[in-house]
Amino acid sequence: MTRTRRRRLMLVGGLFVGLAAATALALTAFSENILYFYQPSEIVGGQAPTHTRFRIGGLVETGSVERNNDDLLVRFTLADCEASVPVQFRGTLPDLFREGQGIVAYGQLNESGQFVADEVLAKHDENYMSPDVAEAMKDASGTSCMPSNMQAQR
Amino acid sequence: MHESWQQFWAMGGYAGYVWSSYAIAAVVIVGNIVAPVIAHRQIARRIKNEEFDD
Amino acid sequence: MVETHYASTQFTIYLQRNGVGVLAKSAFMLWLHRFGSLPYFYRVSRPIALALAVPGVLLAAYGVYGGLVNAPVDYQQGDAFRILYIHVPSAWLSLFGYTSMAIAGAVALVWRLKLAEIFVVAAAPVGASFTFLALVTGSIWGKPMWGTWWVWDARLTSELILLFLYLGVIALHNAIESPRSAARACALLSVVGVINVPIIHFSVEWWNTLHQGPTVTRFGRPAMEMAMLWPLLCAALGFTLMFGWLTLWNMRVQLLRRERRSRWVKKVFSDA
Repeated sequence: MTRTRRRRLMLVGGLFVGLAAATALALTAFSENILYFYQPSEIVGGQAPTHTRFRIGGLVETGSVERNNDDLLVRFTLADCEASVPVQFRGTLPDLFREGQGIVAYGQLNESGQFVADEVLAKHDENYMSPDVAEAMKDASGTSCMPSNMQAQR
Repeated sequence: MHESWQQFWAMGGYAGYVWSSYAIAAVVIVGNIVAPVIAHRQIARRIKNEEFDD
Repeated sequence: MVETHYASTQFTIYLQRNGVGVLAKSAFMLWLHRFGSLPYFYRVSRPIALALAVPGVLLAAYGVYGGLVNAPVDYQQGDAFRILYIHVPSAWLSLFGYTSMAIAGAVALVWRLKLAEIFVVAAAPVGASFTFLALVTGSIWGKPMWGTWWVWDARLTSELILLFLYLGVIALHNAIESPRSAARACALLSVVGVINVPIIHFSVEWWNTLHQGPTVTRFGRPAMEMAMLWPLLCAALGFTLMFGWLTLWNMRVQLLRRERRSRWVKKVFSDA
């Protein structure tokens, strides 16, 4: 390797390392803003904003879904391992909405601590399998109160 | 696995989503195959016609 | 006879003095030098492209067919999950393509290798196409499953930035008149922009996102049934070979455009 080439290599490498460091710093600084949603325990713990709209992500608690057929109002509670938040929503639910499913809802807390959502999105996990295999897995693993796919690996 | 071809095309009610995805993909991929062949033919013709010989 | 004997004796002495490692290295340098020669590349790139195209198309078709027809339905998503067999290979190629451009870009900047410069420019439209496909098929998949076409979560946003980086490379190449400066600017943007690649990959682990975590590259228990995974791997490999094929053809075009006034190009086309 000649001297010019070594110098160029150092230049390109230095530029790359510098930029990577700057990006890492920026991402760490803005980390909170990149969070797509808050978990129920964070909301109960008062970490979520009270007067602006934000997103909540949790599992639909089994047996908590109440549908009103007249006006399409749906009530359910979203939970993680420590807390649960009651949610109400009027509109069309995604096909994956069901009890035990990971859900991300967008809306605002009202005075009585209910989360009034105007958008409900389903978050599925990274597992793909046929219904037979899923049936067989169910007995082995059991369901978690907050599966890893619903929280960042911080 | 599908029970019949009719069921295959129906995609369990998601036909519109599944087939439109694959249709768009086919168009983009065919475009990527055809574009360089046409461009190559064009530039080869211009070189043969000595258009760059000034 | 005497001469060959002399040559082989010299060769043995060379080996004894320098060892096989040095011989291998110089053979590699010779090959690199030869492959770096533009007429040689133009000549061999055509059969190489064909050798990538045939298995690439066959594997991709086999994988997509297997995914659409033979794979069992997903226990949660039903048949909608079959969009995966085009979405995941596209997303994989969007990352693979940019990473390969960054490596070629670094080689172009340090060693001024013309073929590396041409690779950066030639791979950009192919990579941009697959990034576009990853975004569009993901959007079409998201509507029925998640309930929305688009969200501004970390995964989707960083993948959109990747599309802009690809388009930036293409735009730079078109905007700068001098081919050498254009190639250098494109190489630089590829090297710098590759920082986005690990961000895209790890975004689903670092932050809460609507997009789920990695399925295939996950450690431990496979997150996908074998009957579903096998066609996916075939499709991904097939599309990767196709990426090489399409990029090689783009390289041939770029090469002719840059070398159109050179003697060897004229010779190639006057003979034919």
